[in-house]
Amino acid sequence: MIVENLRSLGHRIVNTVWRIGYASRFFMLILLYSGTSFRRFHLIIKEIFASGVMSLIIILVAGLFVGMVLGLQGYETLKRYGSESALGSLVALSLVRELGPVLAALLFASRAGSAMTAEIGLMKATEQISAMALMAINPMARLVAPRFWAGVISVPLLTALFSVMGVFGGYMVGVVLIGVDQGSFWSQMQAGVDFRYDIVNGMIKSFVFGVAVTVIALFEGYDAPPTAEGVSGATTRTVVQSSLAILFLDFILTAFMFQGE
Amino acid sequence: MKRTTLDLWVGLFVVAGFAALTVLALKVGNLSTYNTSDTYQLQAYFSNIGGLKSQASIKSSGVLIGRVAQISLDSDRYEAKVTMIVDKRYQFPKDTFANILTSGLLGEQYIGLIPGGEEAFLKAGDEIKHTQSAVVLEDLISKFLYSKAEDSQ
Amino acid sequence: MSSQALVEIRDVHFGYDSRLILKGANLTFPKGKVIAVMGGSGSGKTTLLQLIAGALKPSSGYVKVDGQVIHKLDHKDLFRMRRRMGMLFQFGALFTDMSVYDNVAFQMREHTDLPEEMIRDLVLMKLHAVGLRGTHHLMPAELSGGMARRVALARTVALDPTLIMYDEPFTGLDPISLSVVANLIRRLNDALGATSVVVTHDVQESLKIVDYIYFIADGVVAAEGTPDEIRASDMPFVHQFMHGEIDGPVPFHYPSGDYGQDLNLRPDR
Repeated sequence: MIVENLRSLGHRIVNTVWRIGYASRFFMLILLYSGTSFRRFHLIIKEIFASGVMSLIIILVAGLFVGMVLGLQGYETLKRYGSESALGSLVALSLVRELGPVLAALLFASRAGSAMTAEIGLMKATEQISAMALMAINPMARLVAPRFWAGVISVPLLTALFSVMGVFGGYMVGVVLIGVDQGSFWSQMQAGVDFRYDIVNGMIKSFVFGVAVTVIALFEGYDAPPTAEGVSGATTRTVVQSSLAILFLDFILTAFMFQGE
Repeated sequence: MKRTTLDLWVGLFVVAGFAALTVLALKVGNLSTYNTSDTYQLQAYFSNIGGLKSQASIKSSGVLIGRVAQISLDSDRYEAKVTMIVDKRYQFPKDTFANILTSGLLGEQYIGLIPGGEEAFLKAGDEIKHTQSAVVLEDLISKFLYSKAEDSQ
Repeated sequence: MSSQALVEIRDVHFGYDSRLILKGANLTFPKGKVIAVMGGSGSGKTTLLQLIAGALKPSSGYVKVDGQVIHKLDHKDLFRMRRRMGMLFQFGALFTDMSVYDNVAFQMREHTDLPEEMIRDLVLMKLHAVGLRGTHHLMPAELSGGMARRVALARTVALDPTLIMYDEPFTGLDPISLSVVANLIRRLNDALGATSVVVTHDVQESLKIVDYIYFIADGVVAAEGTPDEIRASDMPFVHQFMHGEIDGPVPFHYPSGDYGQDLNLRPDR
């Protein structure tokens, strides 16, 4: 019984490592075949519409609410120490450094990443990808690479929009509703948030998340077994794996970026 | 026909994204308050920096004029060496005082510069000779307790 | 005949993992003809098409198309070769995110620098040839199964291929659509001067349109001949296939152990 369990565990580990290697090779192939997508940029534009523009509403609404919650909770906590004026700095720092990149990427993974997986998986299941290859058109260059670049371009832009909506939400709750002084809200924010240190690092994070989410989504779609269960399983795996990847990468990147403090 | 509306949406999305980045940089961040190209470096040694961190602000008369770039321990003098980046628009006399201050009772620590009276100004890379270390709350309390104890004797 | 052959398949062995599917298949497809490749499900017919298209590599033997050994071509030459082939997939495999028009225009846009007006004329001509010029603005999801198959056919011949392959083109079609598609296969082949390979198990329909038939069983060519020869054949395998008999050379049972033993019936009790 124990031997059996150990064997299945070992099998799963080997399988995971094998998939990671395969996914890395897939990533390299995407980069290798990216030339076509840049020569024909409308392919990327079409995919930016499908993944970026279609995620706008959820990103904007979620950003607004997260900012409002931050404003409310931050105020309640800061009030105990008599430093309500630091609310702007608290809201902005949490958003720009952590919540913006992480939440925007998580939302993107479940809104656009899962759709990418399902789309590529179904194209594979209905032999559209084989048909394309037999028409002497490389599916990696024509289908996968444009979606990858669309995701990589969209995620940082969505993150910036998320953070701005969040700051606006925090402002609405903190200044308009509760009545924190407007001047100290903005000035504390500007004093607390450093452009290079906080904003640029946040953008680097969201860029890395964008790469991770789209590679996972496209790989799972491309690798999905060509059946209904295969595609639905791959869609689930996309959301689970990209969420874990985002949080894990966030930890690694944070450790690297903010170690000086 | 269909492609133009799609282009329009994507264009709007990209413009909005970059606008958001600009808002982050200028309104939320401090890009508007200092520019890295127009700065100069100063050094100062403190026997105790307390809770000062890199990126802490440097103020003079309460105005933000720069940032702490780097903090390290000088192993010859066994003192904290603080490298500061100061806006080039502000020049300070050679006998300027650098104090580590606290905003509010428990707030962040920052460096306050109090200009002296000399004619010559500090140049890039110069050291501020007159420094005052951070006030450590525990020291204050223990001093207070000792003096109380002496009084009661 | 060999000098006129567009495709030569010589002693091809192929297997997935340890299961051998082809065990020395020999087939020749002469230029200008419509050839049917028949066999039961899982007999390796589709595998054969993928070997011709270079999507799979034979473990021994070779496939020659127009005098060139397919599995020895590099990536670039293989793609150049594929531009001269057209393949109709089992369920059409139309690109579901594009309109009918864009589906047919796809290869022209990808592979040629033709101006858009000329592409438009060509697309409408191809759609007209399959009788569906009026559907150019529809999406694939709005088409019936038979119409989708015909659009896929128009897309397959978009670049006037010299070799057209059909993977089960009759699957899931009603009798009318079926004979429409069968007729189109013959007519397009003759109009384009192409060579067509039809992989199918629909015996009656294919006998009407093809010039030559190969039967594949057990990884090798079990029988071959013109439609008349096949009809007259008294080979048990061909007979079983033609008449859809349940048992015969192709057994009803998947190879298995002793039935009694599987059910735990012991003779000594």
